[in-house]
Amino acid sequence: MKRASTNTAPLSSADRRFYAALAVLGGSYGVMVAALLLADLAYTTPGHLWTSLQSSEIRYAIRLSLLSCTLTTLMSLWVAIPLGYLLARRRFPGSVLVDLLVDIPMVLPPLVIGLSLLILFQTAPGRMIERVLPVTYAVPGVILAQFMVSCAFAVRTMRTTFEQMNPRAEQVALTLGCGRAEAFWRVALPAAKRGVLAAATLAWARSLGEFGPILVFAGATRFKTEVLSTTVFLELSVGNLEAAIAVSLLMVMAAVIALLLLRRWGGEPNLGQAGPA
Amino acid sequence: MIRIDRLHAHAGSFELRDVSFELPSGLYGVLMGKTGSGKTTLLEAICGLRWIKSGRVWLGEEDVTDWPPARRGIGFVPQEPSLFPHLRVREQLGFALSVRNWSTSEQARRVDEIADWLGLRPLLERPIHGLSGGECQRIALGRALAFQPRVLCLDEPLSALDQETRDAMCELLGSIQKRAGVTVLHITHNATEAGRLADRNFFLRDGRIES
Repeated sequence: MKRASTNTAPLSSADRRFYAALAVLGGSYGVMVAALLLADLAYTTPGHLWTSLQSSEIRYAIRLSLLSCTLTTLMSLWVAIPLGYLLARRRFPGSVLVDLLVDIPMVLPPLVIGLSLLILFQTAPGRMIERVLPVTYAVPGVILAQFMVSCAFAVRTMRTTFEQMNPRAEQVALTLGCGRAEAFWRVALPAAKRGVLAAATLAWARSLGEFGPILVFAGATRFKTEVLSTTVFLELSVGNLEAAIAVSLLMVMAAVIALLLLRRWGGEPNLGQAGPA
Repeated sequence: MIRIDRLHAHAGSFELRDVSFELPSGLYGVLMGKTGSGKTTLLEAICGLRWIKSGRVWLGEEDVTDWPPARRGIGFVPQEPSLFPHLRVREQLGFALSVRNWSTSEQARRVDEIADWLGLRPLLERPIHGLSGGECQRIALGRALAFQPRVLCLDEPLSALDQETRDAMCELLGSIQKRAGVTVLHITHNATEAGRLADRNFFLRDGRIES
């Protein structure tokens, strides 16, 4: 996404007052965020951080988080690329309903998603799946809970990406000998590469921060379904504030890296929607 | 030859009504009309990119009305070049040949030939970012010509170019059409451009062709 060029012309005193007022009004939020991070940093020391991160529980949570977030990202892209393209390029019976359904996980309270998953897997089809592959209170449950929310953000990112691309290039590809599928593979998808990377980063960061649905649907069992977000909760619940802060800082670092990658790849999601649930 | 027979097509609320005309093989036809008169809709219908409500589209002796765009063998150059952003100039020119599974050596020979026609040799290994509007239009033209189409449809290809580049492109289009022996249907609302290039002129007004 291209940004409008920033105006760097010299300012009059009235302009300066105007921009100063904006900076004061809006900047207070930025100051608050910076203060939160600084407070976390000030509370701990590198030694504390290192010791906490050496614990086997936290190391397990890091490994499971990396695994589940990566799988969730792949699954999200698997769904988001075709669905985003379909919604961007075609109007079909029920497309408005599909569009609405896909957005629902973004606005539902995270706990409700977890509860709904729990209920779904108590139905007959859910129990059948459970007999083959245990999902509830197991690692697949962690991945499914993350996927349910992350996928919605990936779909929206891919849809916006394809909507911003002029379909003319794909039409030209059709006249040059491609069928629809070939035009998609040869033209649309390569042109959407930055959007795919942005959707992947967003899905990964979103699933790393997911908490509510995981707690309800997969639980927070040590050495079983514990991921970084649930570690913060578990460490807090036993009063181990140093460990909770160490894991929080680790997540802050991952989030900052994800945001930098998102900026680099041009995806500018609504960050309010991308925060931990 | 392009023959359009009583064609009806929609573009939103706009409607092309009962459009008929014929452009004999090897000629350069120019289609003129005001903005919003349906020129692009007509070109899209000929290329197979727009659904036709009724009427027929003939290319030579073949009724191609129900054919997909890929089968029609029409080279299409839209108003904005719509180059493929991930491909280098050589790959743009060879795109249709690659889709048709030409051998690598045949592709290279044809791409070099087209690049020589259009003065694109020095640009062949470059990505498209940073190329001028005139260069991009020449690449779009070369991409459409490479697979030796029987018809070339040009949708205001020169409208975004400065006068000097437009004059040069006009000359190039005329010479390329003669060299390739292709039938060309060129949309413009520039009378000078039409005067320089047209063997036949067509005027589209309110969705109807006027000769």
